[in-house]
Amino acid sequence: MSQTNGPTLAKGQPIITLEGVQKYYGDYHALRGISAEIRAGEFFSLLGPSGCGKTTLLRAIAGFEDISGGVIRLDGRDMEGVPPNRRPTNMVFQSYAIFPHMSVAENVGFGLRRSSMSSDEKRRAVAEALEMVGLGKFGARAAHALSGGQRQRVALARALILKPKVLLLDEPLSALDKKMREVMQVELIKLQREVGITFILVTHDQEEALVMSDRIAVMFEGEIAQLDDPETLYRRPNSRRVAEFIGMMNFLPARVLPTGPGGGRIALEVAGLGPAEIEAAQCPNGANVGEAEIGVRPESLTVLYEGQGAEGGREAEGTVKEVVYYGDMTYYDILLDGAPAPVRVSMRNMPGRRVLDYGARARLAWDPRAMVLFC
Amino acid sequence: MKLTPLTVFAGLYLLVLYAPIALLPLFAFNDGTVIAFPLQGFTLQWFAALLDTPALHEATLNSLIIAVSTSVFATILGLFAARAATRYNFPAKGGIVGFIMLPLVLPEVIVAISLLIVLMQLGLDSGTWSIIAGHTLICTPFAIAILQGSFSNMDRSLEEAAVDLGETPWSTFRLITLPLVTPGIIASLLICFTISLDEFIIAFFLSGNEPTLPVYLWGQLRFPARLPVVMALGTILVILSVLLLVLAETFRRRGLKRAGLKDTGGFL
Repeated sequence: MSQTNGPTLAKGQPIITLEGVQKYYGDYHALRGISAEIRAGEFFSLLGPSGCGKTTLLRAIAGFEDISGGVIRLDGRDMEGVPPNRRPTNMVFQSYAIFPHMSVAENVGFGLRRSSMSSDEKRRAVAEALEMVGLGKFGARAAHALSGGQRQRVALARALILKPKVLLLDEPLSALDKKMREVMQVELIKLQREVGITFILVTHDQEEALVMSDRIAVMFEGEIAQLDDPETLYRRPNSRRVAEFIGMMNFLPARVLPTGPGGGRIALEVAGLGPAEIEAAQCPNGANVGEAEIGVRPESLTVLYEGQGAEGGREAEGTVKEVVYYGDMTYYDILLDGAPAPVRVSMRNMPGRRVLDYGARARLAWDPRAMVLFC
Repeated sequence: MKLTPLTVFAGLYLLVLYAPIALLPLFAFNDGTVIAFPLQGFTLQWFAALLDTPALHEATLNSLIIAVSTSVFATILGLFAARAATRYNFPAKGGIVGFIMLPLVLPEVIVAISLLIVLMQLGLDSGTWSIIAGHTLICTPFAIAILQGSFSNMDRSLEEAAVDLGETPWSTFRLITLPLVTPGIIASLLICFTISLDEFIIAFFLSGNEPTLPVYLWGQLRFPARLPVVMALGTILVILSVLLLVLAETFRRRGLKRAGLKDTGGFL
């Protein structure tokens, strides 16, 4: 067997290199030239709507799909023609794929069948793996007598017992209810930190990806639209599509104004908000003068109460068009004077802070640093 | 229970369906050669007569050989076809599977006559092996139907998981696929056995001078004195068939339970 123990690379070095990976299903172009590096020891997520090719890419890395073009390099080795049982990857399947005719311990120990360990060592390894996922006493249980969360843990223990270089997780939390999902998210992060193995997670849930990942590749229609750490992805989405997919964002029409040379800033005139200047670094290739669009997150806009003033006088006024009260938060849809559509503003409810009424006039403070220009 | 028109209908329906079969054991134990009421008293002599009829033993042996061979061949063919139909996509898949399933609805007389003509044209003798061929033809669709259920109930990622954990495709088949479809295989064997054992038309056309059990039974009906013996034999056959079908269904359900699945309506 080619599977060796533990990660051989220092943390941060590329363990998987994807070079122009293509996949066709007949005429359907499922992967359109995916290039990326996945670093050893990181928690990497493939995020996108269904049909974007994220699962196909994961299965191609595992060896279940032959690719039509490009190269997948795993730990420096070209994986072309290497079957799944000879790749140093293990997978947690969406359905968990727990073998129903075996006990929990037999499931977890399945991958050790071909190892040279003595049966005593194997038993100890299984016990350790079960302990690691918090199922220490469940070894003798029949596999079909487990709950969803327990199945998930068995699948994890079974995949991790071989100490793969990369653990592949195909929507592992989608079958769990909301509470269990949140518990497992935290447990997966802890587990990943503990074992130090590279995790690649496929998910369509942007929140899940933000919570768990070191880096996220957002995929649309067989291509990576953006690959960044969660914070950059959230604060600086590089396209309207990514911005719409991750969290909530307001879009406002803007005009890019001509600026003098070497300003390091881009001057804008934003509908409803007024003139703004943003860092030129946001548009490495430069921004075209003329019509454009900016995005701003609901939490980056602040309702000003009587007597409050905005820093630098960046204020805008509008009318409250909708009030959605969530207890801890209130969402307002405010139609700014001069804007074509209302913007959503989220405000934390605090003692002494009155909830605005429908139809009331409101003043907003805004900050150009929280503004994204789609250039 | 209230006596609504529907319960009356259901009662009548069951009566018409099963009363004739209930007559079988009734007259099998009746001490008289005439099949008529009133009953004449209890006897086991008809069953005893079964024991010293050499022709019957030969027919039974023929039937067993045919039924066992048929169930094995049909199940093996069904296994291949069912796996291919559930796991792979290939051109004209629907048409091919449809053609294989066709004997399920094809009149058996047609199948029997065509087989006879083919054999005669080839100048071959009909006999046990030709009945096995005919029975395999009509049993394979049943085997496919049962095994397709077993395969499609099985999560495909189970096999992938085994390969992912280091097993080869062959050891995966042995360790994962086979244990999970075994109940289906057993159910298929039992049902094909039962169908072959009871089958009359093909056996009648092709048996030549080696009759199977149903063909032998039919021949005995010409002698009124033998009628109670036929009844006794019929009784045994009915009990055997029911037992085998119950057994087959038990295995099918056990398979579902083992795979942790809900019963979605059996084959029977």
